[in-house]
Amino acid sequence: MKLGFSPEEEAFRAEAAAWLAAELNGPFADVRGLTSLVASPDRRRDWERRLGEAGWSCVGWPKAYGGRDATLAEQVIFAEEYARAGAPPRLNHIGIELAGPTILAFGTEEQKARFLPAIARGKEIWCQGYSEPGAGSDLANVRTRAWRESDDWVIEGQKVWTSLAQFSDWIFVIARTEEGSKGPKGLSFLLVPVDQSGVTVRPIHQITGEAEFNETFFDGARTNTANILGAPGDGWTVAMGLLGFERGVSTLAQQMGFRNELDAVIAAARANGEAKNPLIRQRIAKAEIGLKLMRYGALRMLTDAEGGRLNPSALTYKIQWATWRRDLGELAMDVLGQAGETVAGHDYAFPALPNLFLYSRADTIYGGTNEIQRNIIAERALGLPREPRGDLK
Amino acid sequence: MHFAFTDEQVMIAETAKAFFAENATSERTRAAMAETGVDGALWQAFTGDLGLAGVAIPEALGGAGLGMVELAVLAEAAGRHTAALPLLASLTLAAPAILAGGTDEQKARLLPRLASGELVASFATVNRGETPRATFSDGRLTGAALHVPHGAGADIFVVETDNGVAIIECGAPGLRITPLTSMDQTRPYARLDFGGALAEPLANPRAAVHAALTTGWLAIAADALGGAQACLDRTVAYAQERVQFGRSIGSFQAVKHRLADMMIAIEQARSAVYWAACAIDEGSDEAKFAVHAAKAFACDTYSDCAGEMIQLHGGIGFTWEHDAHLFFKRARSNASLLGTPDWHRERVAALAGLDEAA
Repeated sequence: MKLGFSPEEEAFRAEAAAWLAAELNGPFADVRGLTSLVASPDRRRDWERRLGEAGWSCVGWPKAYGGRDATLAEQVIFAEEYARAGAPPRLNHIGIELAGPTILAFGTEEQKARFLPAIARGKEIWCQGYSEPGAGSDLANVRTRAWRESDDWVIEGQKVWTSLAQFSDWIFVIARTEEGSKGPKGLSFLLVPVDQSGVTVRPIHQITGEAEFNETFFDGARTNTANILGAPGDGWTVAMGLLGFERGVSTLAQQMGFRNELDAVIAAARANGEAKNPLIRQRIAKAEIGLKLMRYGALRMLTDAEGGRLNPSALTYKIQWATWRRDLGELAMDVLGQAGETVAGHDYAFPALPNLFLYSRADTIYGGTNEIQRNIIAERALGLPREPRGDLK
Repeated sequence: MHFAFTDEQVMIAETAKAFFAENATSERTRAAMAETGVDGALWQAFTGDLGLAGVAIPEALGGAGLGMVELAVLAEAAGRHTAALPLLASLTLAAPAILAGGTDEQKARLLPRLASGELVASFATVNRGETPRATFSDGRLTGAALHVPHGAGADIFVVETDNGVAIIECGAPGLRITPLTSMDQTRPYARLDFGGALAEPLANPRAAVHAALTTGWLAIAADALGGAQACLDRTVAYAQERVQFGRSIGSFQAVKHRLADMMIAIEQARSAVYWAACAIDEGSDEAKFAVHAAKAFACDTYSDCAGEMIQLHGGIGFTWEHDAHLFFKRARSNASLLGTPDWHRERVAALAGLDEAA
């Protein structure tokens, strides 16, 4: 057991830090420090491409697909340096963290060659078509249908909460391809181009006032029959495999963003004297400890994953960070007091910390609610029985 | 960077786990509770046959010459069974104090005998706000230490006073040792009244106290981790077999979600304990932060899990006969010993820079 990095790894750190500093103090100074996912989308695309050209986009992927073949330690280091440099959240995070790894795991050689370099080079942005109005926590209840017509899959239905669909070139969709099938059977995992007349994206305004996610309608949308991951009817297996990738190295980059948020709370508490309040001190200490334990939990999980083992504690990660961040949003408002309640001007657009208080309510819902996470932990890690379904008696 | 056990560490963990599972049984622990609070045969086997007691003592001084990770592995394994041993007092408080702050002669004279179990030592510290306090001058100890873990069974004591650290033997004329009834009967306390007894100074009191507290905090956190995991494992087993309303109670979300919450906390406690152990071993800048974090987080986790264990077992969990109270009481003892979770979090708050200018 060892936490420190080797001299070679520290040299890699210096190289990554130098490149990031040069870009973010130079041509990309305008995207430095951005925190919103939807701000300056055009410049964010440029930034994705710049990372891709220089081979810093998907450092852990094989070189053959546009990656850097970085070791686990190097991936960890790059994630840390990326956030430390104030680089913005990745516009294509769904492509990099979800679509890419899923294609790498389940795709054919042709699919890998077609899609992965385009993600790694920042040329194609992805979004995720999972949830539907009638399929939230009970994801297997999807109703979106697809059938074959000559060389195409034709898709009918509606997805919801599709983050970043307004900027995306591709969407991966779970659709029912076996008529009359129920639950996880008869689903397929389709890769669908967004820019076509059969796809309509309608933004949904969320409680922050921003519109990061959308409703996505499929009305005779088409994709080539080659664009299916896994066999027809095996979509659930692919979709569940993808959930495992949500706990990859990207968690460490995400944590560096959390670090910046906690630092902002501490700075606010120092500035207005709340840093002397013993109750606030306890809560800040809890947040500090929680953040460190996320980091070391992620390092345990990644070390095991590198050795080909799934650490069952990986199942606890989503609820851990989501709850931590929601608590931080509440702490931020308790530190700010009334100053957090108002903003000058007429736009409903709050600064980072009050916005965190609002935004973090989504964290404990999307990607599997806290309640679903507890079910998963109880059933898969602790071996407890499933709750009986109400509709399969 | 490799945050997983090495093969050797896995072997130590498995050996220790099997040893305590076989020997630190509920029956034997309860027999010890009815007497002195120490299972003497277990202590002999632990320090003798198992050969791991001196894990963090250098080989030249009779130990195994390993580090904090291995020590935490042992403490976790012992904690899983609320083993009735003076492990914490003797090997994770007194021994590190002597190793870090003793003269070469003191180390050579005492540490091999601590590693072999021939001597049992304890560490007496003065808690915040307590009076009377202990003082050390002209080679004599006066005053008192009110809560000394395993105090009644120790052969020697390392005593932290307001002016220095001294070693005193249990038979020193003037020293009075009064056993106390302790809520956790597997970790009995005693009061020491020093009465001007002769004691020998440690060469480096500051280093001694630092080492004792750092190692002690880590060992308590590791004990808490092992105990919390045992609470979860036993409660999961019970929730699977206990049937009410025609279903095992573990199929109800009201129950399974609480068990999931226990696991979420325990996995964080595990990260905390081994992060702290590595940070100390590697001399990391984070070591201080890590050990306060581990002590606070693991102790809170143990208290929560032991409380849930009682609640989810229902009436049987409140009986003397069931083991739940052994964990519940050890969890409380761990939380109170050497700084409560709130106290450790306040240290973290200070380390996080809250007192710096805006």
